Amino acid sequence: MTLSRDDVAHVAMLARLGLSDAEMEQYRTQLDAILDAIGKLNEVDTSAVAETAQVGGLVNVWREDEPRESIGAERALANAPERDGPYFRVAAIQE
Amino acid sequence: MAQGFVGRSAAEMAAALRSGEVTAVELLRQAIVQRDRVDGRVNAFLERTDELAETQARAADERIAREGVNAPQLCGIPVALKDVLCLQDVPSTASSRIIRTFRPPYTGTAVQRLLDQGAVVVGKTNCDEFAMGSSNENSAYGAVGNPWDVERVPGGSSGGSAAAVAAGVVPYSLGSDTGGSIRQPAALTGTVGFKPTYGRVSRYGLIAFASSLDQIGPFAQTVEDAAHVYSAIAGHDPLDSTSSASAVEDPFETLRSGVEGMRLGVPREYFVEGLEAGVRQRVDEAIELLRSLGASVEEVSLPSTDAGLATYYIIAPAECSSNLARFDGVRFGMHADEPSLLRSYLSTRGQGFGAEVKRRIMLGTYALSSGYYDAYYRKAQKVRTVIAAEFDAVFEKVDALVCPTSPTVAFTQGAREDPIAMYLCDVLTIPVNLAGLPGISVPCGLSDGLPVGLQVIGPRFQDARVLRVAHAYEQASGAARLRSPMVAEAAP
Repeated sequence: MTLSRDDVAHVAMLARLGLSDAEMEQYRTQLDAILDAIGKLNEVDTSAVAETAQVGGLVNVWREDEPRESIGAERALANAPERDGPYFRVAAIQE
Repeated sequence: MAQGFVGRSAAEMAAALRSGEVTAVELLRQAIVQRDRVDGRVNAFLERTDELAETQARAADERIAREGVNAPQLCGIPVALKDVLCLQDVPSTASSRIIRTFRPPYTGTAVQRLLDQGAVVVGKTNCDEFAMGSSNENSAYGAVGNPWDVERVPGGSSGGSAAAVAAGVVPYSLGSDTGGSIRQPAALTGTVGFKPTYGRVSRYGLIAFASSLDQIGPFAQTVEDAAHVYSAIAGHDPLDSTSSASAVEDPFETLRSGVEGMRLGVPREYFVEGLEAGVRQRVDEAIELLRSLGASVEEVSLPSTDAGLATYYIIAPAECSSNLARFDGVRFGMHADEPSLLRSYLSTRGQGFGAEVKRRIMLGTYALSSGYYDAYYRKAQKVRTVIAAEFDAVFEKVDALVCPTSPTVAFTQGAREDPIAMYLCDVLTIPVNLAGLPGISVPCGLSDGLPVGLQVIGPRFQDARVLRVAHAYEQASGAARLRSPMVAEAAP
């Protein structure tokens, strides 16, 4: 496995991580080494095995859809870096 | 002021509170004195909550006066909380820059259950950023020193919670364990560290790292204290849909039943290359002691152990890359002002996360990305099934497993700069998380003057059995309750 610089830039964009050139290069070599080590997975025969979905065996967990108290807008907004009245403020996403 | 309760167990404090020998306010003062005496060297605390603690201690004293012996076990006892656990209005940074100013709008369930007992919170503890690490060197707020030797790491990720107990500041603390983050630091600091079965303790109010692996649990001086804390925090919570609705066994029904007639398995794959000779010797002695107490001991095999690390380093980063998407600079935490929303995401996250967190987000994003999902994530979830099935098969033959917690004793800070070398720290603890099992680390002596931990692993929901084996060992072993030099200084 050899990751290219473009692969790393693509993954960083998917993850919304702004990385410096030095970080890109560092992660390129480190991820290469880690993915190489992870190749060990292929030594385990899983041809007759299902994926683990929930390790404790729970299936679906339902509850009634009943209205109840929530923390309210003020508390929910209390940590907002930028707010505008009862809203979170963000940069425009459309022209 | 006399520091007579530094290094004492919560059970001893509880008895002294009930007999009137000490008050909760006095216990709090001693905890604060000890914290402030050692923390310049240890750096275990990120947030000190002295005012809140004073109020809680006064309320606890009133409750003990009112309820006497019926007051809850943990009423009036000081506790420290890992900084990934939300306590309403008290900053929870998860040791990250990106939420340096975050004040949770609510309290998590496990913490609330301690508060309901009358716990006294002396602070929030340092950890690896978002609980990702094995040495506590990944904190944005500085490394934590091991109370046995401050030049060495306390383990991680719950290093501050481990160090706070090992240094005698608090008799118990809460941590979280995703791949060993309670058990490994417990081993490295000479404390008891217990990770309950996945689903036993609600994760509501735990800042998520890898949701299918994360579990909250205690550090303590004794197994008995760990059992008390477990009893307080375990049980179904409708606010965490992965918390189990099955009834919680009372660990005290069997805690003192000993191991006579029990079948203990020693997994051969856990005694491998990289295991230090001194660690192996202490663990072998501990297993011999359990045999002398009447347990039968047999070697067993978990053949896919070797693939555990690789499985974990797909699943945990994959889940973290998804969980940490919420840190977007919009709703809480750091916000980098940029002309577009995309630029703001990139800058906020690029600047706000530390190197290890970014590495894992990158790895997880890659493993989940189009074209690679089947080869990595789906494959890892299948290997996870194999690993869990191997444990299940072994537990048909034995009641519990005993093995080392960490392959090494505490290492020097800065000694493991290569990420893969660091990941190997958790090679003996990770399979337990993958299979959702309960596991505990109990001190089993020293190697070169540094603590060694014995790990006990049980079947899913047999938490009481794991506590029972650990307790039997601890009671029979003079070495079990280790006093760090920082406790010895304060309470000679």
